[in-house]
Amino acid sequence: MEQYEPDRLSPAQVAAVRRSFRNGRAALTRRSLLRASAGGALAAGGLGTLSACGIPAAGKTRGGVSADDLSAKEKTVTFSNWTEYMDVDDSGKHHPTLEQFTRRTGVKVKYTEDINDNNEFFGKIKPQLAAGQDTGRDLIVLTDWLAGRLIRLGWVQKLDPANLPHAYANLSAQFRSPDWDPGRAYSYVWQGISTVIAYNKKALDGVEVKSISDLLDNPRLKGRVGFLSEMRDSIGMTLLDMGKDPAKFTADDYDAAVARLQKAVDKGQIRRFTGNDYTSDLTSGDFAACVAWAGDVVQLKADSPDIDFLIPDSGYMTSTDNLLIPNKARHKTNAERLIDFYYEPKPAAELAAYINYVCPVDGVKAELEKIDEDAANNPLIIPDKAMAAKSHAFRSLSSKEETEFEAKFAKLTGA
Amino acid sequence: MSTLTEAPPPLAPEAPGPKPPKRRGRWTPYWLLLPGILWLLVFFALPMVYQASTSVQTGSLEEGYKVTWHFATYWDALSAYWPQFVRSVLYAGTATILCLLLGYPLAYLIAFRAGRWRNLIMILVIAPFFTSFLIRTLAWKTILADGGPLVGALNTLHVLDVTSWLGLTAGDRVLATPLAVICGLTYNFLPFMILPLYTSLERIDGRLHEAAGDLYARPWTTFRKVTFPLSMPGVVSGTLLTFIPAAGDYVNADLLGSTDTRMVGNVIQTQFLRVLDYPTAAALSFILMAAILLMVTLYIRRSGTEDLV
Repeated sequence: MEQYEPDRLSPAQVAAVRRSFRNGRAALTRRSLLRASAGGALAAGGLGTLSACGIPAAGKTRGGVSADDLSAKEKTVTFSNWTEYMDVDDSGKHHPTLEQFTRRTGVKVKYTEDINDNNEFFGKIKPQLAAGQDTGRDLIVLTDWLAGRLIRLGWVQKLDPANLPHAYANLSAQFRSPDWDPGRAYSYVWQGISTVIAYNKKALDGVEVKSISDLLDNPRLKGRVGFLSEMRDSIGMTLLDMGKDPAKFTADDYDAAVARLQKAVDKGQIRRFTGNDYTSDLTSGDFAACVAWAGDVVQLKADSPDIDFLIPDSGYMTSTDNLLIPNKARHKTNAERLIDFYYEPKPAAELAAYINYVCPVDGVKAELEKIDEDAANNPLIIPDKAMAAKSHAFRSLSSKEETEFEAKFAKLTGA
Repeated sequence: MSTLTEAPPPLAPEAPGPKPPKRRGRWTPYWLLLPGILWLLVFFALPMVYQASTSVQTGSLEEGYKVTWHFATYWDALSAYWPQFVRSVLYAGTATILCLLLGYPLAYLIAFRAGRWRNLIMILVIAPFFTSFLIRTLAWKTILADGGPLVGALNTLHVLDVTSWLGLTAGDRVLATPLAVICGLTYNFLPFMILPLYTSLERIDGRLHEAAGDLYARPWTTFRKVTFPLSMPGVVSGTLLTFIPAAGDYVNADLLGSTDTRMVGNVIQTQFLRVLDYPTAAALSFILMAAILLMVTLYIRRSGTEDLV
């Protein structure tokens, strides 16, 4: 019964899944219990007080966006990142690249892994940013659609190109000008995330899978196909399969893609829409094939020979996690120096060798070959020309579209 | 309150001892209440008012939200998501009944028959709490895996044919079906049933059983006429402690279920975090609260018990 080993899930998976549930669940049960015992509290509060508490417009930040830059005086920078998104040495306590940065610049990095979910983190920093206050963070990492939303709301600061010579020179062409931040005025890529099709050879049992259509239509895969609960990844892959460009689709195209997925849901083809937890379904064989994130698949493949991935002919989606400096951050220059540091080929290679995501830095291959030849030749980490040509990005959405599309997608996934 | 603060009888005039601590005593209950009241005010009443306000607002993230007394949100939310409400009640109700059926014999055993094993069994009941809720639920994915021995056995015995016919499972699998969600709920909330049942059973005087026996009651009659009625407070509080959190739970439906098993907790989560439709999420929370409150009130009335455990 090797399946019962508790370490089947990597700490990162467990942390990610746990974090995305814990808060909400505890709140719900506690609240339900309290409600039952003290339902009268509301009546006592009186309805008059209700109208007093509206939520102010998000865009209107009071005061300026920048605080006094204390970078020269205080040699620190506070960096909030996702879990397992930074190189760690064997003891598990040190981050070699961050320590290099400190040795070189004298700037100490307060590194916290407190981002586990874009939506959740947005909820966390929203009150401060909306009120024009410091979040206590100088540098944050957010996925492109949320980065775009923060830029749209005016909650992040414009970067100073003078502090970013390497970043400017070495950013891969593929990531240079997303429509939500043309010319990268506010953001730089931390890592790229490719969305591909992953499969379990044993569970497929000879069934040939080459495209999203195979996942949606092949009756032999009924009930053993997984899609991601991340709207842009699932819809993006479906749009590509239908011959539409996710960078330019219309509302009708979107509806058609949702309808296509809905048909597969209705006939029981799609088993579940998952977050990171698809990895356990895939390794146990409950998913024969699923839409998956390449960074995970590189890891799963190393652990199990049955797991592999493929890139459909129609192309694949690439999203990015981006470094941003929130309004009122106190160490803007230090944060910019940290961004620039990770665009030097050597630290970038060390990071890429450790975390297996798409490296956004040009000229890393030679450095990476010295550390890990396999990684240097893995197109999922350093995309070659053919790979880069098939990569697509999801277009940015207006606030109204975002709400509308997310609501339609929520309906598709059952709520 | 007055009974608590009553001053001690006046001292005889010829003994001018220390003054009775009258002043201090009068305020004691209020001081004792203060921390709890403050806590409830800050962490319960205020958020409730805030949520109630949110539920009647309209607007968007960019433009801000304003209170427009848009009560239609409630109706819209209910008409769009009533299947998830019904599902929550059905799943939580089924899980509660299963918990009672599984938990009662166990609590009975611990209370009356376990002897020196009592403490050990109690620890075993509580032991699952030592690991995280999430890890326990994820373990069920391994236990119920399609290719696993359990599902294989159920298929061989044609049990899944029956559950499929009942609409609880789909085809030859358990995961990603209503059955898996109900099993997960039952498992996760079982200790909340067992503990109050045990406390009320343990309090029953063993001599009552002997007396019933002396009056020629057979064991079943003793149970029906003596033990069970006396354990009613435990049954009521156990079912409440199981049903209420189970109805609001969304982790089980998310990890063990599929698109057609989503409960109202999942809807609230999605509306709040993904769709950013705060008014609908708040309205759904209040509808859920009202529904649970109503059901609980009716239940307590019917069961005719005043004290819970």
